[in-house]
Amino acid sequence: MERLTQRSRDVVNKKMTFMERIYLPAILKGLFITFSHFFRKKASLNYPEVKKPFAPVYRGQHVLKRDESGAERCTACGLCAVSCPAEAITMVAAERKNGEESLYREEKYAAVYEINMLRCIFCGLCEEACPKEAIFLTDRIVDAEFTRNDFVYGKDKLVEPVDARIDVSKRQVWSYQSNSTN
Amino acid sequence: MELSLLFEKSVLILILTAITLGIATYLTYGERKVAAFLQDRLGPNRAGIYGIFQPLADAGKMFFKEELIPRNAEKWLFIMGPGLAMVTACITSAVIPWGTDLVLFGRNISLQVADVDIGILYIMGIVSVGVYGIMIGGWASNNKYSLYGAIRASSQMISYELSMGLALIAIIMMSGSLSLREIVDQQSGWHGMKWNILFQPLGFILFFTCALAETNRAPFDLPECETELIGGYHTEYSSMKLGFYLFAEYINMFVSSAVMSIVYLGGYNFPFMDAAWFSTHPNWLGAISVAVMFAKVSFFIFLFMWIRWTLPRFRYDQLMHLGWKSLIPLALINMLLTGLGMLLWGK
Repeated sequence: MERLTQRSRDVVNKKMTFMERIYLPAILKGLFITFSHFFRKKASLNYPEVKKPFAPVYRGQHVLKRDESGAERCTACGLCAVSCPAEAITMVAAERKNGEESLYREEKYAAVYEINMLRCIFCGLCEEACPKEAIFLTDRIVDAEFTRNDFVYGKDKLVEPVDARIDVSKRQVWSYQSNSTN
Repeated sequence: MELSLLFEKSVLILILTAITLGIATYLTYGERKVAAFLQDRLGPNRAGIYGIFQPLADAGKMFFKEELIPRNAEKWLFIMGPGLAMVTACITSAVIPWGTDLVLFGRNISLQVADVDIGILYIMGIVSVGVYGIMIGGWASNNKYSLYGAIRASSQMISYELSMGLALIAIIMMSGSLSLREIVDQQSGWHGMKWNILFQPLGFILFFTCALAETNRAPFDLPECETELIGGYHTEYSSMKLGFYLFAEYINMFVSSAVMSIVYLGGYNFPFMDAAWFSTHPNWLGAISVAVMFAKVSFFIFLFMWIRWTLPRFRYDQLMHLGWKSLIPLALINMLLTGLGMLLWGK
C-alpha cells in the first residue's frame, strides 16, 4: 500500500538501546521542544475584545431582505423550504390585500415564515434556491437560548428592519463569481 | 529559653507560614500560566492585570462550594485526611535554612526556624507521614476509585522513598552531618560554588526523580490519574477539603524544591559571597542569600511544571519497574562510587 505521508513509521518490537532505556536524552529533547513553545506567538485571541474575522462567504443567521422601497421581497413560493435538506423552514402563504403594496412586493407573501435554527445546517441552499433574492445567510451568529422553542425564529427576527438594513453584498459578490465560473 | 528568642522564632514562623501559603497560592496561578505558555495559549488573564487575582477567585470559589461528605464515608477520617496532608506539608519547612544570619537590633537572627541536628532525617520522616493524608482520605471516602488512588499513592511513595533516602545517604557520607545548615555551609567553598551537584550528578537525578514521585507530580501522578481513576484519592472531595489536597501538593512542591536547592544546588550560597564587602554588611549578604535561595527554588518549581507539561504519565508497572529495578540499584551504585571517591581522594 502506498504511504500517505513520509512521517509514518513501521512499528517494530525491538529491544531499546541503552541510551533509549535511560530515557534522559529523550526527556531532554522533549523538554527542549516544549520550552521552544514558551516564546512562540500564542494562538489564543482575547475573545470579546478581539474577534477573529469571518470569511466573506461565512454562512450565519438568515435574513429576509426588503427591496429598495422597504417592501418584503419574499413571495412564499416555498422553494427554500423544498430545497432545505434539514427541513428547517416552514411558511404559511397569504394573499396581498389592497393597500398593502408598500409592505409586500409580490401579490403573494409569507404570513408566517419560520426557521428552526436547531435544525438548520447553514448550508445556504435556501439562498441559492430563492428566485426573488429574498433570503440570505449573513455573518451574524445565532444567539444562545434557554429553551428549544426560542430557536424557532419567526418573521420578527428574520425580516430585516426598514431602518437597519443588513448588508449581504459580500456574499452576493461571491455567489456572482462562483456562478460565472460555472 | 529567653523570651526574645521565643518572640524571634514566632515571628519567623509566622512569616514563613505566610510566605509558604502565599507561594503555594500563586503556584496554582503559575502552573496555569506555565501550562498555557507551553501549549501556545495565554492562560488566565481576566481577574486583574495579567490575571494576578485568579488564585483569589479560585480560593473564593473553593470556599463557597458545597461541602459533600458521602453517606458511607468514615466521617471523622474523611475530614482528617486533607487536614493531615496540609499539616505535614506545612511543617516540613521548619528545618530549612533560608539565608545567612541577619543582624537586627544587635542580635544575630538565624533565618531558620529550628537548626536541628537531624534536619534531613526530620524531613524524610515528615514526608513519610505525608502519605497518611492521602491514604486516610482515599480510604475514608468509601469509593473504589479513591481506594485505588490511595493504594497507589502509598505504594508509590514507599517505593520511591527508598531510593530517595539512598541518594541522600551519599550526600550525608560526604558532609558527615544530618544538619541542613551544616550541609549548606560545607558547599560555600570555591567562592560559594562548591555545590554538591558537581560531585553527585547521578545522585541529583535520582533525588529529583524521587521528588517528582513523592509530590505526586507528573509523570508520576498516578494517585490522581484522572483518565482512569476519575480523581484518584480526592474523587469524593469537594469545597475547601479538595482545596487543601491541591494546596498541599503545591506546598510539597515548594518545600521539596527548597530541599533540593539546599542539598544539591548549594542552598543560599552564591558566587563571590565571600567577598570582603559582605563581611562588613551582613544584612546585605542575608538579603541577597535569601533572594538567591528563592531563585533556586523558583527554578526547581518551574522545572516541576515544565516536566509536567512535557512528559506523559507512566503506566503503573513501569513506575514500579523504574523505582525498584532502576533507581534503587543506581542509588546503591552511587553510594558505592561516593565511598570509593572518598577513599581515594579523602574528601
